[in-house]
Amino acid sequence: MSLPRRFAAKIVGQAIALFARFITAVRADWRGIEPVNKQRVYFANHVSNADMPMIWSCMPPSIRRDVRPVAAADYWLKNKLRAFVGPEVFNCVLVDRRPEARDENNDPMQNILDALDDGSSLIIFPEGNRNMTTDPLLPFKSGLFNMGKARPDVDLVPTWIANVTEIMPKGEVIPLPLICTVTFGTPIHVDDDETKDAFLERASNALVSLAPRQEDRL
Amino acid sequence: MTSTDSDIISLFLGVCGLMLLLTLFGEVLSARGGEGNPVVETFKTRVRSWWGMVILFTLALIAGKVGIIVLFAFASFAALREFLTLTNKRQADHLALALGFFVVLPLQYLFVGLDWQALYTVFIPVYAFLMLPVVSALRGNPDRFLIRVAETQWALMIAVFCMSHVPALLMIDVAGYPADRGVLLIAFLIMVVQFGDLLDFFFGRRIGKTRIIPNLSSKTWEGMACGVASAALIGGLLAWMTPFGIGGAMAMAALASTAGMFGNLVFAAIKADRGIKDWSHLIPGQGGFTDQLDSVIFAAPIFYHVTHLIWA
Repeated sequence: MSLPRRFAAKIVGQAIALFARFITAVRADWRGIEPVNKQRVYFANHVSNADMPMIWSCMPPSIRRDVRPVAAADYWLKNKLRAFVGPEVFNCVLVDRRPEARDENNDPMQNILDALDDGSSLIIFPEGNRNMTTDPLLPFKSGLFNMGKARPDVDLVPTWIANVTEIMPKGEVIPLPLICTVTFGTPIHVDDDETKDAFLERASNALVSLAPRQEDRL
Repeated sequence: MTSTDSDIISLFLGVCGLMLLLTLFGEVLSARGGEGNPVVETFKTRVRSWWGMVILFTLALIAGKVGIIVLFAFASFAALREFLTLTNKRQADHLALALGFFVVLPLQYLFVGLDWQALYTVFIPVYAFLMLPVVSALRGNPDRFLIRVAETQWALMIAVFCMSHVPALLMIDVAGYPADRGVLLIAFLIMVVQFGDLLDFFFGRRIGKTRIIPNLSSKTWEGMACGVASAALIGGLLAWMTPFGIGGAMAMAALASTAGMFGNLVFAAIKADRGIKDWSHLIPGQGGFTDQLDSVIFAAPIFYHVTHLIWA
């Protein structure tokens, strides 16, 4: 990346964080971890395209510098603007979701593990797609388990992002300035003899348990 | 320099001196072993956020009328955001809510700024009240419809309509009271209400026995009576800022402080219903804008109307 482009990416990143803070007063609740720069995989629920920028914006700059969201290549390479924002501003690890695109040089899990071996932290959405249902979470894909198995030392941090569906429901144009809270829970790891399904269920429960209680609203 | 300017400067110096005394008092309490005592800590965080309010208010004052109006427009925005985060809503309300934030709120403050009194006193209670439910209804989801529109309207009334009556005090025309003294009237309202709250808190801890609403709020009748009486005394001392005269200023201060304290109880009931302690975390250690301003919000329209009825 050339110097002016890096500078532009930095400015755009600051502007996005500032905008997110002004509109939604996005707030981090560090319930299970300290806000320090330690290698982690933040796995979050996914309801809107605004999720990733929200989590990114509420992190302190020292964490943000080394965190890389894992994102879909087909979305972030669609046009020049996205190709600038995704890979350069957010420093995304782009993965190609199409099975037919997979070959020796393009294995999504390998790209992710390479990023971890570089020392980066990751933000991933283990549901794979945006959740448009009324269930709190879709079933997790196996990626989280594979990561936890391959790099057992890395903390897997459940990250619940609340309110984004109301701030920006699908199909609406104007975001509502409601307060968005991102809750970071206690890290989990894959146990030695744990099966994939058992782990994914445990991870999913750890994430849902961070959701604010809903019964106070009708 | 006009007499208003010199009054503003002496008020500013007086407030800064008082804040310094309060800050020192907090430090003395900590040094005397109050460190970690929740009452002392609450007192100190309140003093700290008041410093912030004094500085912001002074900056707005220097910028003039527009500065004051913009300051309260932003306070309304923050309070409305805290309120609507907790209300019932469906996607069908999205446009109505966006209109509330981005059209109703700026228009209300524009009308206040232009001094169109006939409009800013009815815009939200009549036009927003009738139109926003239409926008929601057109989107077609009847689920909990009445609850949704009622909560949205309540949020707008409290966070925008009531709050905008603070800067509307700039516009009141009282015979023999120069128009540029309106800022002093705003300072009077905020000071008597906030000091009333502080002294209510202080006396409530010392001599409070009978809780007004047990299980909901720690406010006591004894604390409240002392708070209102202190607010009236402070109002008498600050009578030079107002067109009311000493007796009138004491009565207005007591009225505003009483309204504010009952407002506090109403907000305590709302917070208990939604299972929260504070409206948000925007003011560190202190909760949200709504927590800080709830009593002023309740007192402002009453203070405005009584001033209008009796003195204008």
